[in-house]
Amino acid sequence: MTTPAISVRNLSKCYKLGTIGRHTLVDECQYLWHKLRGKDPRAHFSKIGHTATEARRVEAEQEGNQKFWALRDVSFDVQPGEVVGIIGRNGAGKSTLLKLLTRITEPTSGEVVINGRVASLLEVGTGFHPELTGRENVYMNGAILGMKKKEIQAQFDRIVAFSEIEKFMDTPVKRYSSGMYVRLAFAVAAHLDPEILLVDEVLAVGDASFQKKCLGKMGDVAKTGRTVFFVSHNMMAINHLCQRSLLIDHGTLALDDEASSVVKVYMKSSASRTMNRDLTGLTLDRTGSGFARLESAALLTLSGEPFSALQMGDGLRIRVGIRAKGNASDISIGISIYNLHGFRICGFQSATTSGKTLVLEEGQLTSVDCIIPEMNLISGSYTVNINLIRMAGTREMTDMVRHALAFEVIPRDVYGTGQLPTGDAVYFPVLWEQEGNRLL
Amino acid sequence: MRTVIKANQPWWRINWREIWEYRDLLFLLVKRDLTAIYKQTILGPLWFVIQPLLTTIVFTIIFGNVAQIPTDGIPHFVFYLSGTVLWNYFQGVLNHGAGSLVANSNVLNKVYFPRLIIPLSGVIVNFAHLALNFILFLGFYFWFFFRGSAFEPNLWILALPVLVFQCGLMGLGYGLWISALTIKYRDLGFALPFITQLWMYATPIVYPASLVVRPLMKLLLWLNPMTAVVEFSRYGFTGQGTPNLMGYALSWGVTLVVLVSGLLIFNKLQRTFVDTI
Repeated sequence: MTTPAISVRNLSKCYKLGTIGRHTLVDECQYLWHKLRGKDPRAHFSKIGHTATEARRVEAEQEGNQKFWALRDVSFDVQPGEVVGIIGRNGAGKSTLLKLLTRITEPTSGEVVINGRVASLLEVGTGFHPELTGRENVYMNGAILGMKKKEIQAQFDRIVAFSEIEKFMDTPVKRYSSGMYVRLAFAVAAHLDPEILLVDEVLAVGDASFQKKCLGKMGDVAKTGRTVFFVSHNMMAINHLCQRSLLIDHGTLALDDEASSVVKVYMKSSASRTMNRDLTGLTLDRTGSGFARLESAALLTLSGEPFSALQMGDGLRIRVGIRAKGNASDISIGISIYNLHGFRICGFQSATTSGKTLVLEEGQLTSVDCIIPEMNLISGSYTVNINLIRMAGTREMTDMVRHALAFEVIPRDVYGTGQLPTGDAVYFPVLWEQEGNRLL
Repeated sequence: MRTVIKANQPWWRINWREIWEYRDLLFLLVKRDLTAIYKQTILGPLWFVIQPLLTTIVFTIIFGNVAQIPTDGIPHFVFYLSGTVLWNYFQGVLNHGAGSLVANSNVLNKVYFPRLIIPLSGVIVNFAHLALNFILFLGFYFWFFFRGSAFEPNLWILALPVLVFQCGLMGLGYGLWISALTIKYRDLGFALPFITQLWMYATPIVYPASLVVRPLMKLLLWLNPMTAVVEFSRYGFTGQGTPNLMGYALSWGVTLVVLVSGLLIFNKLQRTFVDTI
């Protein structure tokens, strides 16, 4: 048996609570002051974290725990040449695992042994300096990612060619469009040439064609016998690139199997959890002033029944529970549907599609249904973002929940030909005429 | 290549070989800092000459002409300029080190490289500024020399590289301490400009060490390792000042203690600092 490229043994990461949110002596004193007066000091610091892990830490702290295990007793081996995908909910511990493997932070216990040269890619364009030119930043970024100057020199022409922005290499990157910036940044990353590559969700950047190119490059890297460790929300990419996949749930390794079957299990578990949700205690993936808040969200059929999967062309009823802290008559509810690549396929505001806003009474729970009579979505998985906006004044966002709901659309012979429509997101009903005569 | 990632690595182990592996990054960081600062400025690197020049002019007027503080018989301008140039180096290295973790947290949160590289790059970047300032100093030194100032350069002038090196180590040591402490207390970031300013007045920059005579104050003055660096550099160039050898030995002692302890605490805290940032 060969030596594994990555060997992880009982890896754990524990965060002591009460270590976040207090960065100054003043904060520290306030914390003690609240404690002395017998109030719950944590209420004062219950602001929602910037990252999923931080949000989970805040949640755990509010529940009164002293410690929070972001990762607990995770063990696995990755053989050289394997392409392993990591999936899991937001805050499940995927990023923590990657941060430990990349040595950005140290584990609380356990051990990792890595055999081979590692390059990690948790973000594209790390260390780009806006004042420096594209050329200077290629060197800077390459060096930060662990390349030697000689290696960057050897790869330089290929990097420039891949980025497709030869003309702008001597322009400061602050003059770049965000697309150009990402292209150059990914071009550097794609030419790292390590034995082991640790990647986090960086493919969710750039336009569709560039994403395709990046995925292709990842596939090439995988084919040349390199070990790739790949964290993503993009189930298609996981299915496409990886042979094996690990499912991380609540900091533990829940499943380690063939990629396609892990993806199936994950989709199933997330579907049951995301069709009818209580949103009251949710802090993850949530922003907004909190004046009016979403308390529940459910996906139903047009007639109001729960369902497991939609067929192409079916209608949908999205039922949302809302409670406001005061009287308001200017609340508009917005719903957006995203595909698994994170593309926003469509979105609608009640204010613009009905011309009316919601009337809310202080403290009263109200139920609002959004009815979509027919959805022309291609088969696949979709997520729903829901937000509440006050239309009067500054258009204050009172609540916004990302990935509030998720559902699956399964294929149906919508054209009656036995052939499925092709495309990335939607299909249209179509008719054909030849010389004025209807075909079919 | 085999990498072992384990919990609770011994706090005294600093991986110098790894830092050597990343030397290209060190020099690119230096190059970045040297070039990026001057972009979109008209005067460019000249700013690093103008700044000490203006400071020296202000000192000459206020402390020399108005307050009439003695300068050991050294021409006011040379006296203040020599102190300012060395102090700027120390302060530059200190500030660079102090901000190294918190200011770069967005990068350090996304990629690993030996974090010690950042404060180390500060030592080199500021050395380039020092070299520029030193040319300025030499210009004025010779100008005053040929106009008949009674300078008596002596062998201590050869110790200048050692003094400058010590100054860099000192700035690094204190910078590492402050950067480690700012992880926990951001207040320090706000207090730092104030602290360094007070520190400057506790160093014989605008007054000579010979002015301090009370034993306790003298001890305190020489416990500040910058005192020896400034006094001995001046002594080497002009033959004036207080070449207190005991004080010099003491300053090396303080420098080494601060540097080694700074390296160790920085090394310990940098490993998990992204958790608390």
